[in-house]
Amino acid sequence: MGFLNKIKSKLTGKNDSVTSKFKSGLTKTRQSVASKVNNLVKRYRKVDEEFFEELEDILIGADVGVNTVMEIVEQLKDEARSRNIKDTEALREVIAEVLAGMLQKEDEDSGIHMNPDGLTVLLFVGVNGVGKTTTIGKLANRFKQEGKQVLLAAGDTFRAGAIEQLEIWGERAGVDVIKHQEGSDPAAVVFDALAAAKSRGVDILICDTAGRLQNKVNLMKELEKVKRVIARELPGAPHEVLLALDATTGQNALSQAKTFGQATDVTGIVLTKLDGTAKGGIVFAIRNELDLPVKFVTLGEGIDDIQPFDADAFVYGLFADMLSEDEENEEANQAE
Amino acid sequence: MAFESLADRLQETFKKIRGKGKVSEADVKQMTREIRLALLEADVNFKVVKDFINRVKERAIGQEVLKSLTPGQQVIKVVQDELTELMGGEQSKLNLASKPPTVIMLVGLQGAGKTTSNGKLANYVRKQFNKNPLLVAADVYRPAAIKQLQTLGKQLNMPVFSLGEDADPVDIVAQSVEKAKEEHHDVVLIDTAGRLHVDEEMMEELQRIEAAVKPDETFLVVDAMTGQDAVNVAESFSERLNLTGVILTKLDGDTRGGAALSVKAVTGQPIKFAATGEKLDALEPFHPDRMASRILGMGDVLTLIEKAQQDMDEQKAKDMEKKMRTMSFTFDDFLEQIGQVRKMGPLDELLSMMPGANKLKGMKNIQIDDKQIGHVEAIIRSMTSEEKEEPDIINASRKRRIANGSGTSIQDVNRLLKQFKDMKKMMKQMMGGTKGKKKKNPFNLPFM
Repeated sequence: MGFLNKIKSKLTGKNDSVTSKFKSGLTKTRQSVASKVNNLVKRYRKVDEEFFEELEDILIGADVGVNTVMEIVEQLKDEARSRNIKDTEALREVIAEVLAGMLQKEDEDSGIHMNPDGLTVLLFVGVNGVGKTTTIGKLANRFKQEGKQVLLAAGDTFRAGAIEQLEIWGERAGVDVIKHQEGSDPAAVVFDALAAAKSRGVDILICDTAGRLQNKVNLMKELEKVKRVIARELPGAPHEVLLALDATTGQNALSQAKTFGQATDVTGIVLTKLDGTAKGGIVFAIRNELDLPVKFVTLGEGIDDIQPFDADAFVYGLFADMLSEDEENEEANQAE
Repeated sequence: MAFESLADRLQETFKKIRGKGKVSEADVKQMTREIRLALLEADVNFKVVKDFINRVKERAIGQEVLKSLTPGQQVIKVVQDELTELMGGEQSKLNLASKPPTVIMLVGLQGAGKTTSNGKLANYVRKQFNKNPLLVAADVYRPAAIKQLQTLGKQLNMPVFSLGEDADPVDIVAQSVEKAKEEHHDVVLIDTAGRLHVDEEMMEELQRIEAAVKPDETFLVVDAMTGQDAVNVAESFSERLNLTGVILTKLDGDTRGGAALSVKAVTGQPIKFAATGEKLDALEPFHPDRMASRILGMGDVLTLIEKAQQDMDEQKAKDMEKKMRTMSFTFDDFLEQIGQVRKMGPLDELLSMMPGANKLKGMKNIQIDDKQIGHVEAIIRSMTSEEKEEPDIINASRKRRIANGSGTSIQDVNRLLKQFKDMKKMMKQMMGGTKGKKKKNPFNLPFM
């Protein structure tokens, strides 16, 4: 049984809607990556240097990033040599295998760390326009559906309309929002929200912050302060610092992850707008170059368009076309 | 990011070639490979890179640059020229309608910065062309998008046209143009909802808006951090709409901004503006040549010079020079100088424009804090005018008073005094002739 079929059979035990969401959300990605690889395999019968060069282009074109691509290709060359694979058709499975291996790390907890005794605090950080506020709305709704009591802190006091935006999401999800005026100190908002969360006995507090470019020293310091206030008011908190990353972002995403990581000890990544971009390859670069797990992905504009990241489903979404083509071929062969 | 600049990489390549006398096919291959990697790391689309490399190869070899003494420099020049040309060569201007109102529409993906750019552009046309713009809130989908534009309108003291969240964007836009004519607004700026380029329905809505008001300018707003996908986005929007230009946002970040090249190559339309900050005046006309330097990691010297020219007072600079020469440079003058430098903007922003600085920054993570300069200022301001004129009289008790007054420590005061003394000594050497030994770091300012 081929590798992709293995993933597929593994996935049949999982919730079908999760898989189909990844599949439909990643339609564009799949078309660009998988069909290109397929096309490549068709054109080159033999595994040679030119084949690998074109494969490099395909992966770079998916924003995987030069360094990571080089590593992937090196790994593939090694595999091809040790397994004595000369036929591109046979290498195709190996490509999927290597890529999936990159995303999956053994015994890693990709879920949200919950505080076992009491309030869990999540802090959202990221550059401007990546979708922090929207993601918080979706996540609040998700926790609420699970029966948790949720409170939101409108910590983006800078951008015009940001507080109102979070309030609308709060209404949609049926969750209260703690806010101050525009222009006030975000640390003060978070301080109040923590006090409110404690006195109301809520399960989860999600804190929004203003988008900021990672090279603005003062703004990063402000973020450190917000985190410090949370840690002071509730030892052990924040239990997760989630960096929202726009999936359309190129190599700068690595710089974002590094710098925000240094300032706020980011514990995980939420990859947004994965439905729109034709890529998502930055996930590979992030897994490869930084020790940060992807925890959630958002795949649409609806309130429930958020999914825990699932490496199997992700790779399956990327390569489903290859698989169906395989099956078609098999069927065709059988018909003959 | 700590990417090596293309300049450094090519220099390295040519070091190996130099002395060989003849340049082999392999050397050329190595060179083009370095260029390719540099552009890919800057997020230029790989297809665009391919075409580009072919062009550079032709030009570079045709001119026999490899025979020159500094082939690295020559090739970089060729690359930079080609990049500049590809990005549109000259800076291009805003297209204003001969018969008002000029209708400008902003389109793009979610989170690219359309609403903020709308406010900045309104501010720009009012300042530069003395226009009276009307902002139009046609994003009825994103929660609080209208509110965001209204808040910007309030900050700018400009009217915002809105029909609420339940109206059809096409109606909103059509009515807004009528309203603009009635109320004599000569520029109409339409804020549309962010949408995915693959969203059929939403793209059709844009086409309907375009058909209804026939904008004079339709700008695609693109996040400078966009990766390889920028090409697909630009393609889809330019297929559907009659794009006339591009606004590149979030350029104040540390991205190389290779997306600029991709977008220009695909749409064929010039990048007209660059957004470079969170404030409403942070919108500048786009300079292709400077962007070329940035993509190559060579720093933006021209903008730096321009900033200096804009903000440095010429007369004051002359006075300063005279003072330096006559050795009557005091703490007051020093304070003045700090003020001049500060006017040019935050120091880390200035530093980022200097060639090689991004490399330095990435490696050592040097971050200049404006606060430190604030401390220096505070110390000087805590001195009496006598002390400023003649620092030698500052004894222990005076130091204590200064430290207390400025909220710093005696050590801080001592450090500044010593640095000031060194600086004067250095000036003496620089102005007084070439005798003394040259200092390693001639600009050893106290805050660097």
